[in-house]
Amino acid sequence: MRQGKKLSFLLGAVPFLALVAALPFVNRLEPTVFGLPFLLVWILFWVALTPLVLFAADRLGRRRPPDDKDRP
Amino acid sequence: VTPALAIILGVVLASTAVGITAGRRMKMNLENWTVGGRRFGLLIMWFLMAGEIYTTFTFLGASGWAYSRGAPTYYILIYGALAYTVSFYLLPELWRRGKRFGLQTQPDFFIRTFGSRALGVFVALIGVASILPYLQLQLAGLGLIVEAASDGAVVANVAIPAGFVLTCVFVFTSGIRGTAWVAIIKDVLMIAAVVVVGIGAPRMFFGGIGPMFKALAAKAPGHLVLPGAAPSLGVSWVMSTVLLTAAGFYMWPHTFASAFSAKSDRVIRRNAIIMPFYQIPILLVIGVGFTAFLVLPGLANGDMAFLTLVRKTYPPWFLGFVGAAGAVTAMVPASILVLTASTLLAKNIYQAGFRPGASERTVLRLSRAMVVVVMAAALLFALVFPNALVNLLLIGYDGVSQLFPSVVLALVWKRLTRAGAAAGIVTGIAVAAGLVFTKHDPLWGLNAGFIALAANAAVAAVVSLLTPSRRIAG
Repeated sequence: MRQGKKLSFLLGAVPFLALVAALPFVNRLEPTVFGLPFLLVWILFWVALTPLVLFAADRLGRRRPPDDKDRP
Repeated sequence: VTPALAIILGVVLASTAVGITAGRRMKMNLENWTVGGRRFGLLIMWFLMAGEIYTTFTFLGASGWAYSRGAPTYYILIYGALAYTVSFYLLPELWRRGKRFGLQTQPDFFIRTFGSRALGVFVALIGVASILPYLQLQLAGLGLIVEAASDGAVVANVAIPAGFVLTCVFVFTSGIRGTAWVAIIKDVLMIAAVVVVGIGAPRMFFGGIGPMFKALAAKAPGHLVLPGAAPSLGVSWVMSTVLLTAAGFYMWPHTFASAFSAKSDRVIRRNAIIMPFYQIPILLVIGVGFTAFLVLPGLANGDMAFLTLVRKTYPPWFLGFVGAAGAVTAMVPASILVLTASTLLAKNIYQAGFRPGASERTVLRLSRAMVVVVMAAALLFALVFPNALVNLLLIGYDGVSQLFPSVVLALVWKRLTRAGAAAGIVTGIAVAAGLVFTKHDPLWGLNAGFIALAANAAVAAVVSLLTPSRRIAG
């Protein structure tokens, strides 16, 4: 497997580490951010970051940039 | 006719007209009807997928859970992001196979991969059995919303058959294209309603979302962290539940088949990248549930928190607007569910199981007839036995999730055999049903469906190693 392709798959683990494996350590109210409990802020932060992680995975995983097959 | 009622009627009728128009200019064949001729680009895919995924549960359920259970409702924010991550890697593979082998439905995939029509019929039956209760749930939700929003002027038993007829009409004429076009209206209306109420209601009572959370943290701090107000729904429950739901998300027959509607695998990957942004409005829905928890304590039914708060704080015409958004939000998923169930019955049960020689025209004609049959069945249950399907509903998600190990293993592990896949699926469904029906969900703090999923994968692997490999398509 190519280096980029491998990295692309590894990136897929990031949301799972942050939003599943880390949960026992972030289940707390303090510190709050703009009044929001820390647990909720943590979840929102990583949900919002997921598109960026997938975007990076997409760039790395593409065989030959840019893949123009589906563009006019 | 009150302003609220006029708005609901106007929006619902206009949406139906758009749905009918969507398919007017195309020659309808089975591929156009079920997967839109595999021609959907990024924008329409986004609306279609969001249309399938954001159901009445998003409106009523997420705020209802925030109201009555508290922090466990955060799982809804998490599992979406995880499911899109799964889809980013999984759906392009499915799309490639769909394109190469002309697949249109989920059982098509199983038939092609394992070379077994019987397995295809079995998967189709699981699909229909899981879809029916969800369809009924959408119809019931539509009735609830329209009755509440029209202040009882249109009772549920009138709203449900009306929604049924209108949905049938645009599915019948336009197939998936009708759903996709109505989904655009639905998504715009729902986002508008959620943003207005989600920002407006906390602001009216507390001066903003932050101050609302501060007030809640002062009054009931436990509500904001796990396990909230539900002792059995702690951290391990959320962890196992989001893994289960991320696995099951694209195993519904309709979400699975959405991979076949895209015009390229690039479209699917880019769609997966932008989908998590759609999770953000759910924060606002959860905020509405928390606001209701503070200002409207003691509601008998938490699912009514959103609508009750709107009724108490906004003018009647706006309640009508929310009702209209809610009604279309029920109709779009209902249309895709009925379309999928009809195709499964005609193509994968009738044709694959009993009449392999049936022509495509016959299958399309039968699919369209099944639209009416499936809707009538769901309607009957929604009106006559509103609670009869609750048991099925409880294990619907657990049930479809059990297809995940076979699908993934089929793509990455050459040794997976037909017998292994079948044994895994049967084991998973048996374990899930056994635990749920004996009231052992959650078990050891874990979601019962997750335990079933683990048993399923283990059995599939062991049985595969014990049986000779005889895969058809690699």
